[in-house]
Amino acid sequence: MSEHFKTPLIEAKGLVRTYEVRQGMFGRATPVRAVDGIDLRVMPGETLGIVGESGSGKSTLGRMLLGIDPPQEGQALFEGKPMPKLATPEWRALRAKMQFVYQDPLAALDRRLTIAEQIGEPLAIHNLVPKPHRETRVAELMSAVGLRPDQAGRYPHELSGGQRQRAVIARALASRPKLLVCDEPVSALDVSIQAQVVNMLRDLQEKNHIAMVFISHDLKVVRNIADRVAVMYLGRIVEEASSDVIFKTPLHPYTKALVSSVPVPGKLLQGRVILQGEPPNPANRPSGCAFHPRCPLAADICRTSVPQLLSVADGRTAACHMVTRAEASVAA
Amino acid sequence: MVKNLVELRGLKVAFDGVQVLHGIDLDIARGEAIGLVGESGCGKSVTWLAALGLLPGKATVSGSVRVDGQEILAQPRHVLEGVRGKRIAMIFQDPSSSLNPVLRVGRQITEALAIHRGLHGEAAKAEALRLLDMVGIPDARRRIDLFPHEFSGGQCQRVMIAMALAGEPDLLVADEPTTALDATIQAQILDLLIALRAETGMATIFISHDLGAVSQVCERACVMYAGRIVEQGTIQALFDNPRHPYTRGLFDAIPRLDGPRERLIPIPGTVPNPRDLPEGCAFSPRCSHAAIDCRTRMPVLSATDDGRLLSCHHPVGSHPPIGVTHPVGARVLEALS
Amino acid sequence: MFRFASIRLLRALITILAVITFAFVVLRLSGDPAQVMLGPDVPQESVDAFRKAWGLDQPLWIQYLSYIRAIFTGDFGVSMRDKASAMQLVIERIPATLQLTIPALFLKVVIGIPAGVYAALHRQSAIDRGVILAAIFGFTIPSFVMGLLLVLIFSITLGLLPSGGQDTWQHGILPTLTMSIGGIGILARFSRSAMIEVMGQPYIRTASAKGMKWQDVVWKHALPNAAVPIVTIVGFMVGTLIAGAVVVESIFSWPGIGRLLVVSVSNRDLAVVQCILLLVAATMVVSNLIVDLLYGFLDPRLRAQSAH
Repeated sequence: MSEHFKTPLIEAKGLVRTYEVRQGMFGRATPVRAVDGIDLRVMPGETLGIVGESGSGKSTLGRMLLGIDPPQEGQALFEGKPMPKLATPEWRALRAKMQFVYQDPLAALDRRLTIAEQIGEPLAIHNLVPKPHRETRVAELMSAVGLRPDQAGRYPHELSGGQRQRAVIARALASRPKLLVCDEPVSALDVSIQAQVVNMLRDLQEKNHIAMVFISHDLKVVRNIADRVAVMYLGRIVEEASSDVIFKTPLHPYTKALVSSVPVPGKLLQGRVILQGEPPNPANRPSGCAFHPRCPLAADICRTSVPQLLSVADGRTAACHMVTRAEASVAA
Repeated sequence: MVKNLVELRGLKVAFDGVQVLHGIDLDIARGEAIGLVGESGCGKSVTWLAALGLLPGKATVSGSVRVDGQEILAQPRHVLEGVRGKRIAMIFQDPSSSLNPVLRVGRQITEALAIHRGLHGEAAKAEALRLLDMVGIPDARRRIDLFPHEFSGGQCQRVMIAMALAGEPDLLVADEPTTALDATIQAQILDLLIALRAETGMATIFISHDLGAVSQVCERACVMYAGRIVEQGTIQALFDNPRHPYTRGLFDAIPRLDGPRERLIPIPGTVPNPRDLPEGCAFSPRCSHAAIDCRTRMPVLSATDDGRLLSCHHPVGSHPPIGVTHPVGARVLEALS
Repeated sequence: MFRFASIRLLRALITILAVITFAFVVLRLSGDPAQVMLGPDVPQESVDAFRKAWGLDQPLWIQYLSYIRAIFTGDFGVSMRDKASAMQLVIERIPATLQLTIPALFLKVVIGIPAGVYAALHRQSAIDRGVILAAIFGFTIPSFVMGLLLVLIFSITLGLLPSGGQDTWQHGILPTLTMSIGGIGILARFSRSAMIEVMGQPYIRTASAKGMKWQDVVWKHALPNAAVPIVTIVGFMVGTLIAGAVVVESIFSWPGIGRLLVVSVSNRDLAVVQCILLLVAATMVVSNLIVDLLYGFLDPRLRAQSAH
């Protein structure tokens, strides 16, 4: 039993993913690293938040954790075993244990099937529940996500955004997965509905002991729902810590800028760090630390050497020469 | 009395017979920054699209929109074309698709310069470069000849702002200008809007669902729900002491970056369909403070003792503490400037 | 640029080759030219002699290779019927066909596009509905029905216009009209939907919000964007400049390539048919190439990065 808790549910080791980009109609193709060496782990029942802006590679990472995008280097392990290849029978069988919820519920649902049919689909595909009992299970799932029984016969376009997302989540839960990867699941929803869905996800997760990887650009939501948070920049993790601590005392300059950029109702601008420049283009990766062109603390070493993700305090890691140097001098 | 820059009175909009805006009254003084806050379907964007005549033909618009005393609602095309861009400029939510993809960015700016300031050729180009510098586009000289797809989302929004400023408008309506952008870029754009306003003295309407962003840019805000303004007041008043249950609900529903990590308090239910509005207060089905009269009698937007406008039979929050402001009439705003 | 163009060129050549090969095989397998040429009552020796003279007794693949080899030396074969150079015969007929297809294309563009654009800008109006109806009418009625209908009305009933032959310019009116009506309908419909799509885009709202006059918004902002899909269709129509008149020429006895094609196919005049098909494929391919290049000019986004 203790063994079960020591093995991470999902583990990533040195994941790298590249794709080709062609310059113009006539140019050569250059390889671009969307994910540039990610190590992480998620224990059963835990929620890991992944935060980043466009170009950070967070969505690609989410797909790689599910085995949808194969890595060019490194590997993803589920329950200690390597992820099977995409579309093989083993991979398909694994779908029952890991599910994906993403931003646009309308795109995730089939327009021509009722939501009851769609929620019940995983039960049929993986043969989890004998046919006569399926209807009951679907009703159970619908009530768990807060959908009314009379909505079972509705089509996706007849429901509101929040209701559709609940249906997507119900479908994801049908196979009793152990892992839920959510990519911006509430970003398209109104604030009042966001709160409903976030609470619901939290409750379901606790009740069913599901691990969750919650990918979002919205720091406030991530802080509320995640136990630990990893901040990504240009394909790498730059800082990882518990959600209590990371936003209160961010160490990496990028995390500090991110936290600063969130407008707090009632508080004005003073003391904010406004980053200059644009989010980076993965096709045009800066040398050394990818963040150095925009970093207020950048020194020579930052231009030449890529900082590794190192432990800087109990349960905290950061990838920054300035941070590790400072921590080292404090410890000394 | 042409004290106010823009006055909206009883602005109503219907689409195909369905009423979506139920009579908006709003005064904007010169140089003022007002936030319009609400969720989807509340009518915050529709208000300004209707005021500028930018809604599609099947929309029925009624009421009054006065700019410096001149009525512009339902006026012939050339009247509206004289106001748009020159008196009131508008920027939109998705900057990347709000710029014409087949025209160069410089051309899109100089068009506005030609229409509103009669600038052409070299003079126009020089001014366009100045505007691009002003909004923080690096290397403007080279980039002025690029196409929109060669700019990032944040830069497109800066270009849009430059284009809006070209006409030297008195009022800038920013419709969710930062919603589609990355967090660090959002902060940059908000900063830019604040700086530009300080520099040019133009009034600003900031439409957003993000209360925090609104509080950075604006002095006062209106909260809208289901096509009506339900509460209006200074940022200070609203944020310290929200009195309408919906405003309160919005604040409770938003997770915080500071303070304890608590369970969120959502607003139950969903935004109503404009076709199926309840008889009394539109918010009553979702309101935890609703009483019998809320469901039957529509509340009216009226002034409170502490200088805000509120549309609620049973408001929450405390009555104003010491230092109550002087009694105000229905048109509150001049007292608070 | 070189890589782009050479890939396209290679594809073009392969397409043409595929068309010729297909025609070659089908023609030879679908009937005996000798029988058809000489008639049914001719003795077997004559048929055999004919076949030998034209190389038809060789195995198919040998015939094919000789044909391809001949093409590289500019020899496109000889017409079995007229004993003249096939290519010569075909080229002689081109002007006649162009006399119909070029005015027809002109009409399609000049009437179809403005009608579609106008309809898009005045949606739900009587004109919009009228244009849609007329367009549907135009492109659903097959050209032979349309041609016969026009002949019925203008030649037979009203006696205004001649119904066949190429003697005066009035003879060209009905065939040109027949050819253009379908195309006008198609272009009107496409232009309309392209414009509707463009007018719904956010950047059109931005242009209006800038205070631009409505005409300027349409001409300077909307039309350049609607151009891309419209150009595609027009490009296709240009590609059919040579081949598109087959049915019409037959109905109106117009001595163009279409008629030549019909006659040659029924006579199994192999060289001529192949020649015509080669020309048609080449025209199509070239116009597609031009449209492709035009895209890059019209839509700057297509000149930019593409990730895959």
